[in-house]
Formats: sequence, C-alpha cells, structure tokens
Amino acid sequence: MTLSLFITKSALRNKRRTLLTMLGVAVSLGLLTVMMSVWKGFYLDKGSAEAAQRVITRHKVSLTNFLPSYYADRIRTIPGVVALVPNSWFGGTYKDDKSGNFFAQFFTDAVEWAKVYPEYRIDPDELHAWQRDRAGAIVDDALAKQYNWKVGQKIILKRNIYPVDPELTIRGIYHPPEATKTMYFHREYVEEAVSWAKGQPGTFSIMCASPEAVSQVSQAVDEMFRNAPAPTKTESEKAFQLGFVNMLGNVKAFILGIGGAVVFATLLVSANTMAMAIRERTREVAVLKILGFQRATILTLFVGEAMLQCLIGGLFGILPATLMTAVVSSMGGFFSGIKMTPGLFVVAVLVAAFIGFISAIVPSYNASKLAIVDGLRHIG
Amino acid sequence: MAIPLSYNLRNMRQRKSATLMTALGIALTVTTAIFIMSLLAGLDAAFRASGDPQNVLVMRKGSAAELSSGISHDAAAVLKTLPGVARDAQGQQMASGELVVIVVLPRSDGTGDTNVTLRGMTAMGRELRPTVHLVSGRWPADGQREVTVPTSMTKRFINASVGNDLRFGKNAWRVVGVFDAAGTAHESEVWADVHQMATEFNREYGVSSMLLHAYDKASATTLVQTVIDDQRTKLDAQLETEYYASQTKSGGIIRVVGIIVAIVMAVGSSFAAMNTMYAAVAYRMREIATLRVLGFSRASILLSFVIESLLLALLGGVVGVILMLPFNGMTTGTSNNVTFSEVAFSLRVTPGVITTALIFSAMMGLIGGLLPAWHAARQNILTALRG
Repeated sequence: MTLSLFITKSALRNKRRTLLTMLGVAVSLGLLTVMMSVWKGFYLDKGSAEAAQRVITRHKVSLTNFLPSYYADRIRTIPGVVALVPNSWFGGTYKDDKSGNFFAQFFTDAVEWAKVYPEYRIDPDELHAWQRDRAGAIVDDALAKQYNWKVGQKIILKRNIYPVDPELTIRGIYHPPEATKTMYFHREYVEEAVSWAKGQPGTFSIMCASPEAVSQVSQAVDEMFRNAPAPTKTESEKAFQLGFVNMLGNVKAFILGIGGAVVFATLLVSANTMAMAIRERTREVAVLKILGFQRATILTLFVGEAMLQCLIGGLFGILPATLMTAVVSSMGGFFSGIKMTPGLFVVAVLVAAFIGFISAIVPSYNASKLAIVDGLRHIG
Repeated sequence: MAIPLSYNLRNMRQRKSATLMTALGIALTVTTAIFIMSLLAGLDAAFRASGDPQNVLVMRKGSAAELSSGISHDAAAVLKTLPGVARDAQGQQMASGELVVIVVLPRSDGTGDTNVTLRGMTAMGRELRPTVHLVSGRWPADGQREVTVPTSMTKRFINASVGNDLRFGKNAWRVVGVFDAAGTAHESEVWADVHQMATEFNREYGVSSMLLHAYDKASATTLVQTVIDDQRTKLDAQLETEYYASQTKSGGIIRVVGIIVAIVMAVGSSFAAMNTMYAAVAYRMREIATLRVLGFSRASILLSFVIESLLLALLGGVVGVILMLPFNGMTTGTSNNVTFSEVAFSLRVTPGVITTALIFSAMMGLIGGLLPAWHAARQNILTALRG
C-alpha cells in the first residue's frame, strides 16, 4: 500500500467527520477568496491599459465644487495631454427612488468622449446618432441588459442635484472591457435647462499620451491652477475611484480583520478534527511503529491527511467563490475589478494547504514521538 | 426525567482541547458579528439622536440633502416671518439660514483625505441646537476665518485642535474651539461663520438650508405644512428629526456585507460544532446506553446533548463578547450616502448587540447539536453496550 493510498483511506475512515470538516473549510475559504479578490480589485489592479493612461481633475476643495469650463482649453496646452472631456455627475434616479434604480449618469461632451474612452467599443453609426441627438444618451451593455433597454427606447431620469428631469432616447450601447453601468448624455441638455449649471463641469477626464506621462500631466495641471479661483486636484482614474471606497471607512482594516478571523477559525476547525482523528488512532500509531515505520513517515501520514482534507474542502469553497466574484464584478463601477484570476486561485489553494499543514503539525508530532508501550496501552 | 446539567459540564471539561477549539472558533464568528452590529448600532444612534422635534428644516424642492439645496436671500426673508416661527427671549425670530459645503481634510492616520461637512451659521443656529455645547475655546467670531471642531475630530484629523490652522477653501482657517455634539450627526461637522463662508465659497446669492424653530411639537407639524403651501417661496420642509432619520440608510453597504460575512462564518462554525458533538456522542456510546438502561428516556438524552452543544456555543459567544467589549466607544467614520461626507460615530456594544450575539451563538450550537443529539438518542441499547 502506498503512502497516498494510506492517507486517502484514513481520511475516508470517518466519512461524516471528514465531510463536515471539508464543508467547514469550504465555507471559510470561499469567503476568504471573495475577500482576497476584493482586495486585489481595489488595491492591486491598475485597470485596463487605457484606464492607466487617464487622469481625473476635480476641484481641490471637493467634488461638490465645480470647475470653470475654460480650464479645458488651458489643460489642452499641456504636453502629454491627448484629449479631455468634461464630465458632470447628474445623480438622478430612474423611475423611483428604490436603490435598484440608481446608477451612474454623467452629462458630457459627446465628441470628446469618444477620444478619451477609446477602449469603450461602440458602433460608429450609434456613436454618430448619439452625437447628433441632443436628447440622446448611451449606456454600457451591462446597464442595458439590466433594464432591458434597446436602442431607440425613451427613458426619463428623476432630478436630485440639478432641477430638471431629462427625457432621453437611448442612441447607442457601448461595450467597455469591464462593466461600468454608466449612462452618458449631453452637457447641453442640462445646461440649457439649468442656467447655473452652464460652463461648470464637475471633473475633467484627461487621456495622456502614455502611462509614463500620467504623473507629469497631473502635476502640470495642478500647478497651472494653483493660484486660480478654483484650484484643482488631479489623480489617476484608479486613485479617484479608490477615493470612494476609502470614504466607506477603513476598508483595508475591515478586509484584513475578517480575513484573519476566517483563517484562524478554519485553522481551529481543521486542528480540532485532526486532534480527534489522531487521538482515536493512538494504538494504531504504536502498531505502525512496531512494524518499522519511521517517525517521519507517521508525520507525513497525518499531515498529508489534513492537507488533503483542507485542499478538497478549499476547492469546494474556491469554485463557488469564483462564481460569486463574477456576480459582484457585474455590478459595475468600482466593483468591476473584483475578479478571480489564476494567480488568486493558486494563492487560495496554497492557503488551504497551509491551514491543513499547520492544523496537523502539533497533534501528529505528539503522536509520532509517543512511546510504543504507552500507545499500545492507550484506551481510546 | 432530565439528565443533570453537571453531566454535560463535566464532559466538556473532560474533553478540554476539543471544547476550547470549538468554542474559540465560535467566538471568532461572534466577534465578527458583534463588530459589524456595533458599527451599525453606532451609526443608527448618531442619526437617531439628531434633530430637535421642534425644529423644521427647509430645503429646495427635490433636494435629498442640504448640500444640493439652495434658498435665495429673498425666500429666506419670507421664511423668517412665517406665522409659527417662534421668537426667543430677545424677541428675535428663531430661524437660522445656513450654508453647507464639503471640504477635504487629511486624516491623521496617514490614510488620505476625507470629505467633511462644513456648516456656516450665526449665533442663532447654535441657539437652535441646545444639545451642542462648547468644550474648550470659543465659537467662531462673525466675519473671521475661524472654525470650531467636534471632539470626535480632534484626534482623527491633522491640525484639528485649538490654535492650529485647517487648510480648505481659499486659505487657512484657525481652529478657535472644540464642541461636543452629544453623539449626534453634528459630531461630524466643522462649524464656521455663515457670512465668512459665503465670501469664501462664492455663495453670496443665498443659503443652503433654513432651520426654523416652532413654539411646540404640534405647531412644528403645522409649520412644515405652512412652508410647503407657501406659493412665494416654493420650498420643501420636514421635521429636522425626520431628515436625520432618513439618513440612517448610510450604513447600507456595511450592513449587507456584514450580514453575509456573519452568516457564512456561522455556517462554518456550525459544521465545527457538529463535528465536535458527533465525536462527543461517539466517545460516549456505552455511557449513553447505560443511561438508557438506568431509565433515562430518549427525549432526555436528546435534550442533554442539545444542551451540551448550546453550552459549548454560548461559551464561545461569551468569549466573543468579552473580546469585543474593549472596542466599545471606539470612534470611526464612514461616508454618508446622502451627503458624500464623513459621518463620525462610535462603535456601540449595546445590551441589544450582546443579546443578539448570544442568540446568534446559541443558534450555531442548536444547529450543530441537533443532528448528533438525534443520533445519540436513537442508538440501539444492546449494540451500544457491546461496542
């Protein structure tokens, strides 16, 4: 009998216990995997190549202060700036105030928009149709799917910040690399209805010539308006989005805390099982020793059993977690970066193996150094 | 006849390491649950305690928050003279036109900037909020670049203490006082002089909102209707208490994520408890059969093991509560979904939170213990005695 077969047989000896342990490990590792993918999406990913080339300029004081639109022409003179578009947050709701009917809406410059977001694929005819229709709007595929919107459909947004309820026609559906769940419509629509909104965009999205130009452009913009009536703050698109995550509170500590608690709890589950499994086999260990098995072999036997349990349990958790991250990712906006990757998968599997290893090490060490006589005398 | 409780307690002590590991696992789950519940309890408390039932808040129609509201000086003048607005001892109308903007302040823990609400008012605004009082220093003088900050902010933001300068708007503002807002939403606001703010933020055309004080609670409701019906101003009004109550949904994301995390961890812990209880039953097969021979019924065996599982889980629950108690009162912040600015609040491990946590742990014990106990009660006496 090979060592691996022995390990499998031992693991299957108390099927119920093994199954319960695996389920416990599965649930915890599933949670941990989701947490890790959130961490990665928020703090490690840089977004698509184009997104890494974009910076966002806003009023230094806060997002609720507007920028004068003449800034656009001055920013264009900065070397390294390829294109820029003014974006204003409309903040309306669709149909009613239920949270399911809230999504991001920006009013923008339809011509410049296409230059700043080249990776958002859109049918050229649809783009032109939108650019020609001042009451037109475009949405991304995820949003269109959520509300079952078709090109040509009319929708009404309800006001919140600006006192106007836009009646818009969907002229096109764009396909971003990651769901944005964002609607864009024309600046003119709001500016004609609301006099104080005229020439007062909330932010400028700037496309830089290269990822290397990003920091230099950001500094140049902020330097340009340092002493202007509206000083600016310019940061990468990713940093801008992360600002909203950080507003939720100390998200990093929250994820780390829960992740730590989950790993430790799983460790306890697995360790408890291994302690029980090894204790009831004390006499067998003694027999194995009599037969001439080395301490190292006995150690491997138990540690292997624990790792096998945790790995299988872990896989049962990691796979559903992968599906869950896909759901979270489809929520769009800054959730779209939360995705499962092969790298994350490997890390999750390693964590599972590590938990199995650590949980078995103490009880199996004790078992392996037990004197044969005591082991044989043991009453289980 | 029931099996005495001491039987279960002795058994738990006999199998110390299994009991401890299972209980500790449950304790970790309970800690997470308590942490999330106390966050939400603190957040709820911050909003629920806010507002005076005699105060009426007036904003532009369609505005969900003071930030997106605007009232012209003309309309503000009309509001002051509405019937139902109380007068103070000096005969002044108790009405306060206020400016609300958001400013960015750097956190002192080095994790970046946070949006903070800056509220501009006159002495009347403070008169309308008697729960807010000065702790040290003084209130901002009229026409000066001065602010007072709440006690909760002094440690959490750089330079947010008396004598230092906060940088926002066009230039530096001197901190001249610290106030205590008794745990209300004002605990997250910096207060300044309304006229100085109007110049600083180019808001000379009007105020953000207007706070009116009614003679009593009943007339406050009437005053709300008077404002809504007024055809000259065309504004919206609500009781100040209602305005803050509607903002409690700010904890939405924390609530959803928290509940999911707590439930998932509880499922894991229930499996662990089940494992331990199955083992406990397996070790005691002969004992159980003996108990049956002595005349204890199946029901009392079932009950006894369920109780043991409950005790195990409650031990974990109590350890979890003890681990989390030191965090009671810790101040933290989150973003208000309505105003996009920070809400400071304290973690509150309230009796309600503790009760819920203990019930939560008992649930884990119950779910984990029921099947093994059933298994124990259904044993065939003869085979068990021989085994």
